[in-house]
Amino acid sequence: MEFNFQFDWQAAIASLPFLLKGLPYTLLISFAGLAIGFVVGILCGLMRISPTRWLRYPAIVYIEVFRGTPVLVQVLFIFYGLPSLLGGPINALTAGIAAIALNAGAYISEIVRGGVQSIERGQREAGLSLGLSGGQTFRYIVWPQALKRMIPALGNQGIVSIKDTSLFSVIGVGELVRQGQVYIAQTFTALEVYFMIALLYLVITLSLSMALSLLERKGLVG
Amino acid sequence: MNDKVKRNRPTDETADTTPIVRMERVNKHFGELHVMRDIDLSVAPGEVVVIIGASGSGKSTLIRCVNGLEPFQSGRIEVDGNTLSPNGASGKSLQAVRTEVGMVFQQFNLFPHLSIRDNVTLAPRKVRGWTRQQADDTARRLLERVGIIDQADKFPGQLSGGQQQRVALARALAMEPRLMLFDEPTSALDPEMIGEVLDAMRELANDGMTMMIVTHEMGFAREVADRVVFVHNGQIVEQGPPAALFDTPQHDRTQAFLSRVLKH
Repeated sequence: MEFNFQFDWQAAIASLPFLLKGLPYTLLISFAGLAIGFVVGILCGLMRISPTRWLRYPAIVYIEVFRGTPVLVQVLFIFYGLPSLLGGPINALTAGIAAIALNAGAYISEIVRGGVQSIERGQREAGLSLGLSGGQTFRYIVWPQALKRMIPALGNQGIVSIKDTSLFSVIGVGELVRQGQVYIAQTFTALEVYFMIALLYLVITLSLSMALSLLERKGLVG
Repeated sequence: MNDKVKRNRPTDETADTTPIVRMERVNKHFGELHVMRDIDLSVAPGEVVVIIGASGSGKSTLIRCVNGLEPFQSGRIEVDGNTLSPNGASGKSLQAVRTEVGMVFQQFNLFPHLSIRDNVTLAPRKVRGWTRQQADDTARRLLERVGIIDQADKFPGQLSGGQQQRVALARALAMEPRLMLFDEPTSALDPEMIGEVLDAMRELANDGMTMMIVTHEMGFAREVADRVVFVHNGQIVEQGPPAALFDTPQHDRTQAFLSRVLKH
C-alpha cells in the first residue's frame, strides 16, 4: 500500500487569488455584523439592568432567544424563513450580517451588563453627589471604566463571530469557505485549500487579538 | 457661644440664621428595618455638626439622605431652599441640592480613569459650565490648598490614601458647595494619614464652611464641632455642644456609647 498524500505548496498558493475574493465578504459580514451587534448589545445590555420592567423583560427575552439557538439556525430562519413572512426575498449578505448582529448582540448585551455592574456603586454615588445628572455620571464615569473591563470579553466575542461567518457558506454567500468549496470542486485540492482557509481565518483573528491587546495596554482613556 | 476662637462665620445679629438643612420627621425603612425614626435636625449656616453613634445606628444613612443618595419614606428634607420629597419623588430639586452640597466618602471614590486634575474639574465643567481654563485655575488653587498640587497629573491609584482623600475634598469643593457632608472620611485610612485629612477638614471649618460629619474621631469632634449629635437605633438620642455631650451626657445610651469609645 502506498500513500502519496503530499502537501502541494504550489496548489495552495495557486488557490489564494480565488480564495481572497471571499475575504471581503468574510470581513464585511464580520465587521458590519459586530458593529451593529455592539450597538444592539449596548442598548439591550442597559435595558437588561434597567429598573423599569418593560425595558428589562424584552431585553431578557431577546438575549435568551439568541444565545439559546444556533447561529446556523438563525441565519437559515432569516434567509429561508423570513421571506415568506415579508413577502420578498432577503439578500444572503444581508441575512448573514443580520444573523451575526443579532447573535453577537445577545452575547454583547451580557458583556455590557457585566461590565457596567462591575463598577463599584461608590463611583456612581460620587458622580451624583457632585451634581452630575444620571446620564452624565454614566457617560463620564461609569461607562469609560466599564468599557475598559469589557475589552477582553468583547475581543473573545469578535473572534467567535468572525468564525461563525464560515457557516454562511450554506446560504451561498461567497465568503472564504464558500469560495474554497467552489475551488475544490474544480481542482480536488481539499487539503491545501482548507489549510489556506484556516490560515486566512487565523490572520484575521490574530490581527484582532493584537489590536485589542494594544488598545488594552494603552488604555482607552488617559 | 463657646470658648473656641470662632472663625470668620457670621455671628452678629444681622447674620442669616435660616437653616441650610432642615430635616422634619424623616423616616426610612430598609424592608423590615426602621433605620431612621422621626429625625428632626436643622443645621445653621457655618455650623459644624458631628454625628456620632455605633455602626449600624443610622448615622451614615442620615447624611446620605441630605443629598438624596438614600431615599426616605416619610417626612421632608429642605436643603438651601430646595425640598427633597419621600420615595425619591424630588424631581429637579434633587440635582439642585446635589449641586450645592459636596460629599466626601469613606472609600474616597475618586475616578480612577481620570487624572487628579480631571477628577477635580469634571463636575465644574459639566455641571457649572465652566471653561477648562476656569476649572483648571480653581483646581490648581484647591489642590494647592490641600497640598497635592505637584500630583495633579497623576492618577488616583498612584496616590496614598490620605492624599486621595484630600483630592476628594478638593473635588467636592470645586463645585463651591454651600454645605459639605463627610461620611467617615478617615475610617479607611492608615493611622498615620488620618491627621492630614483632619487638618484639611479643620481648616475648612475655620473658613466658615457648613459641615455635617459622621466620624469616630472623638478628639476631632470635640475640637471642631459646634454641636455633636448622638444617634442610636435610627433616633437622635441626645445633642449639644461637644463639651456638654462628651463630659456630661444625659442619656444612658450616650453614656454607654461614650464609655466604650473613649476608654481606649
